[in-house]
Amino acid sequence: METTTNAKVKTPLSEAREIKRMKRADTWKKIKRNKLIYLMILPGLIYFLIYKYLPMYGLIISFQDYKPYKGIRESEWVGLEHFERLFASAEFWMIFKNTLILFGLQVFVFFPIPIIISLMLNEVRHGFFKRGVQTLIYIPHFMSWVVIVSISYVLLTLDGGIINEILDSIGLGKINFLMNDEWFRPMYILQVIWREAGWGTIIFLAAITAVDPQLYEAARMDGANRFRQMWHITIPAIRNVIIVLLILKIGDVLELGFEHVYLLLNSSNRNVAEIFDTYVYVAGLQQGQFSYSTAVGFFKGGVGLLMVVFANWLAKRFNEEGIY
Amino acid sequence: MAKEKQRISTGSRVFDFFNYLLLGLLGIITILPFIHVLGSSFATSAEIANTKFLIFPTEFSLSAYRYIFSTDTIFRALFVSIVVTLGGTLWSMLFSTLTAYGLSRRDLVGRRAINFMIVFTLLFNGGMIPTFLVVQQTGLLNSLWALVIPVTINAFNMIILRSFFMNIPAGLEESAKIDGANDFSILFRIVIPISLPAIATISLFYAVTYWNTYMHAILYLADADKWPVQVLLRQIVVLASGINYDGASYTDVPPPEVTVKMATIVVATVPVLLVYPFLQKYFAKGALLGSVKG
Repeated sequence: METTTNAKVKTPLSEAREIKRMKRADTWKKIKRNKLIYLMILPGLIYFLIYKYLPMYGLIISFQDYKPYKGIRESEWVGLEHFERLFASAEFWMIFKNTLILFGLQVFVFFPIPIIISLMLNEVRHGFFKRGVQTLIYIPHFMSWVVIVSISYVLLTLDGGIINEILDSIGLGKINFLMNDEWFRPMYILQVIWREAGWGTIIFLAAITAVDPQLYEAARMDGANRFRQMWHITIPAIRNVIIVLLILKIGDVLELGFEHVYLLLNSSNRNVAEIFDTYVYVAGLQQGQFSYSTAVGFFKGGVGLLMVVFANWLAKRFNEEGIY
Repeated sequence: MAKEKQRISTGSRVFDFFNYLLLGLLGIITILPFIHVLGSSFATSAEIANTKFLIFPTEFSLSAYRYIFSTDTIFRALFVSIVVTLGGTLWSMLFSTLTAYGLSRRDLVGRRAINFMIVFTLLFNGGMIPTFLVVQQTGLLNSLWALVIPVTINAFNMIILRSFFMNIPAGLEESAKIDGANDFSILFRIVIPISLPAIATISLFYAVTYWNTYMHAILYLADADKWPVQVLLRQIVVLASGINYDGASYTDVPPPEVTVKMATIVVATVPVLLVYPFLQKYFAKGALLGSVKG
């Protein structure tokens, strides 16, 4: 029984092997033909390996008691000690909470704003007006955080800052915005909105231009007003873009901008402003606790990665496209 | 069109009125702080003290600019920023273009794996401290190269360029190949010349990023004379206000006058505003390409 089946499949099998071999030779030929292309990619590849992948390998120092003079190979292994210390410390929950709140502000306060602005811009019928507004609202995106925070400082400072002068003249009294833990979060999210809301409209506006104008015409025929057209045509048309961007935003859960927060951070608002990134900087580079701060960063990065995967899975469950 | 105009209802007009009003206000509010800073930088200290909200100074004064340009400090910082911006942009564009073109070739074996390897760095990275250690071990600490080499290729920018190159008709390259051109001459003689809008966009993105660099400077540069203009601005505006993170005093001199702070902000901002018109011409297209899925 067995021999007969073997005999039967013998020819196709050897044929398959032959094809495989030819394919391999073909692949090799393709590689050889493109050797200059590989040469072009090589420097870029080396860059990613050294400055992106080597640091990932460097994460193992979070399981060590890393000493700069000993290096990774000689340093002592300590297991999960740094992670245990992190989770046990009182500061962990403060930082976790601060990070989560800023993230919440990003998703619930900031995220809808560019969508609303693009819907409004889409309703503008005069091209010059639309372009004019776009020109103005894109500008802050190109300013550094140092410039954004510096301008906020000169506007908000107690001695002569224009906002406090106005508050004082209308009898509300001066507020020390810059060194106040109640004002840190509003200040943070307002600066994010100021810098990024305009720029954020680009992608939504582009998605809107893909909408077939006939749809609007048909809706008008049916007596739909401007709001209903927006609700039933424009928003569904850009729904997928909104979801993809939301996934990316959720993936950025812990990327709240080291520069931005660090520039706003001071001893008076630290209890609300300290986030994982700033904590890593201070503990690692200012206090020299390399292993501990790497563990903090590893935890942050790991949660971020999990969040992207989770958000993508969620999108796919709801029959959306997802990002990968 | 004419027919449509007749049918504009009152409700629609009210909608338009508020829509234009709100958008106009939005544009003005966005830009007002910059104008206030610019106007104040040219004002006299006396006028600043007396005027509540200053846009155009009545008495035009250059004293703040004369003050900040009276020492070497700002010249040195500007020089560093200009060198890093020009050199860094060239450096990044060279390697980004080479990598992007290589990965745009559909017949490349291993293309998917390399793409994935690059996209993955957007989702996960080693973080600040391990990256710092690599920068240290590659000998870049306290050198201006530390502001450039660790950020040679921005994966987003590379993907934008790659998508652009992928849209070039393959026929162009094939005919050049039949004429005996090799891959490098195809890239430099055919692909780059017809991709100039994309190249310009990405170059400007890189240039703005390099001009705005702050974090890498405070992480990797210890010597104050190597600081770019953003770090100097931070020193003058924020730290001189007496507010800083660890409570240490960075300067012995009294806090600079308001006009001096304003003028420093302007100096750190103007180069970006100068390239902005060029930037605007192309960037929407560039930013869009970036949204194309990797």
